[in-house]
Amino acid sequence: MGTYRDACNAGNFVVSGEIGPPKGTNVTNMLHHIDLLKDLVDGLNVTDNQSAVMRLGSLAVSGEIVRRGGDPIFQATCRDRNRLGLQSDLLSAAFLGITNVLCLTGDHPSVGDHKQAKSVFDFDSVHLIQCCKKMNEGHDWEGNELDGATDFYVGAVVTPEADPLEPQMYKFARKVEAGADFFQTQAVYDMDNFQRFMEQAREITTGTEVKIMAGLVVLTGVGMAKYMNRAVPGIFVPDALLDELGAVAKEDQMKKGMEIAARHIRFLRDNEVCDGVHVMAIGKEEIVPEILQMANAPA
Amino acid sequence: MIISQKKPFEEILEDLEGDTKIVIIGCGECATATRTGGEPEVAEMKAQLEEEGKEVVFTDVVHTGCHELDVKRVLRQNKQVVAEADAFLVLSCGAGTQACRAATDKHVVPGCDPLFLGNIQRSMDFLEKCSHCGACVIDDYGAICPITRCAKGLVNGPCGGTNHGMCEVDPEMPCAWTLIHEQLKKEGREDKRTKLHEPKDWNVVRRPAAIVERGPGKLKMGSEE
Repeated sequence: MGTYRDACNAGNFVVSGEIGPPKGTNVTNMLHHIDLLKDLVDGLNVTDNQSAVMRLGSLAVSGEIVRRGGDPIFQATCRDRNRLGLQSDLLSAAFLGITNVLCLTGDHPSVGDHKQAKSVFDFDSVHLIQCCKKMNEGHDWEGNELDGATDFYVGAVVTPEADPLEPQMYKFARKVEAGADFFQTQAVYDMDNFQRFMEQAREITTGTEVKIMAGLVVLTGVGMAKYMNRAVPGIFVPDALLDELGAVAKEDQMKKGMEIAARHIRFLRDNEVCDGVHVMAIGKEEIVPEILQMANAPA
Repeated sequence: MIISQKKPFEEILEDLEGDTKIVIIGCGECATATRTGGEPEVAEMKAQLEEEGKEVVFTDVVHTGCHELDVKRVLRQNKQVVAEADAFLVLSCGAGTQACRAATDKHVVPGCDPLFLGNIQRSMDFLEKCSHCGACVIDDYGAICPITRCAKGLVNGPCGGTNHGMCEVDPEMPCAWTLIHEQLKKEGREDKRTKLHEPKDWNVVRRPAAIVERGPGKLKMGSEE
């Protein structure tokens, strides 16, 4: 497969998956997921100490995906590194052949497994986007010349179900202004809401080449869906989906969740609502190929 | 106002292990207002220590606990009794404790945990609104400081953790970015919301900071003296 950037630039409906590095040195399962997905998707996100839980690093795993012939999307958060650390890791990423960077704020340490850690947030996600762009132009943040520029395709995130939405949209606009090339959204489940969000987003991105990919987290059961509603800010699973999941036996709910994800992919693609999807199965990546197959099958 | 809270008594006792004769110093400013190092707290601490077999040889609530000359003067005026002491227990913020440090070479023990620079909303109700970041930027934010009041100190808008207008990190705390946007709307200064802000310049608050010359804004790296 070509690169994530090529797929975006070609105007394809792009599909990315996600790899969550393990907590430890046992990479067997992760490598299996990488090999399973790398040729089925346009790009593979690698999470960066996701949920502020310490894990194997995004940079090393992204490098491994390059080595295996996939195209990684290196997630970089502003939580753990100051502007020196971030830029150094960006140069390391370039050195490893990584070209896609997803710039995130990062969850606060207090939600993770090292609650006593000092958080950094020297840059915010907007600065990190700007920084990637500067490095692409051959300069570091301070304007010092680099001996060799980077060539990053720069991504960012946005939360369509944020409450209130208005401040979120202003930040989205700052990210566009900073030069983000693509966006992956926080998980969305309400397609009507998402269409309304996309209308607002398209107004902001008018005149740019910015691509917007809907984030889809596969629902694995009613319990998980309710938990997301209750505990994850900016995620809204509508009652209709809860009912749909609840209407089948517990052991069939994951299958139903996969069907819902496939249906949403089809809907977003066939109605040209957005430019692609980012499919997250959170540790259950082996179900992703089937979801993609279901999404590609005629409805 | 510097907001502090009392350390657990057991921790203080542990720190004072081996010390018999104790001086207790309180502070007439912040620690009095926060009820952590005023007259009643000093008296209570004296009683508690005596119950544990310590001998409290002197107590005083210094007018301004972080005023080093103030603390030195009090100790000098009572130098005979102070000379007997094994340790000084200071009920104030860390600045007050270190003002005592500057006034004696003996064992100095903190009796409070300094928490934050707080606004007094009403009696015993404090909220952190400023964190001394060195260059005030709040005009762009409706005079609501994102450096302090956003859990991540974000300067260009909210993260994804805004939860129905509250902060994911502390569900009791409003999201600073919701407050900022609402305030700018009230003022009719919505244009401020479209400004792209640079990261903070942390070089202006290199620690330890000192103003070593009299005059406005002369921040320099420097030692205590």
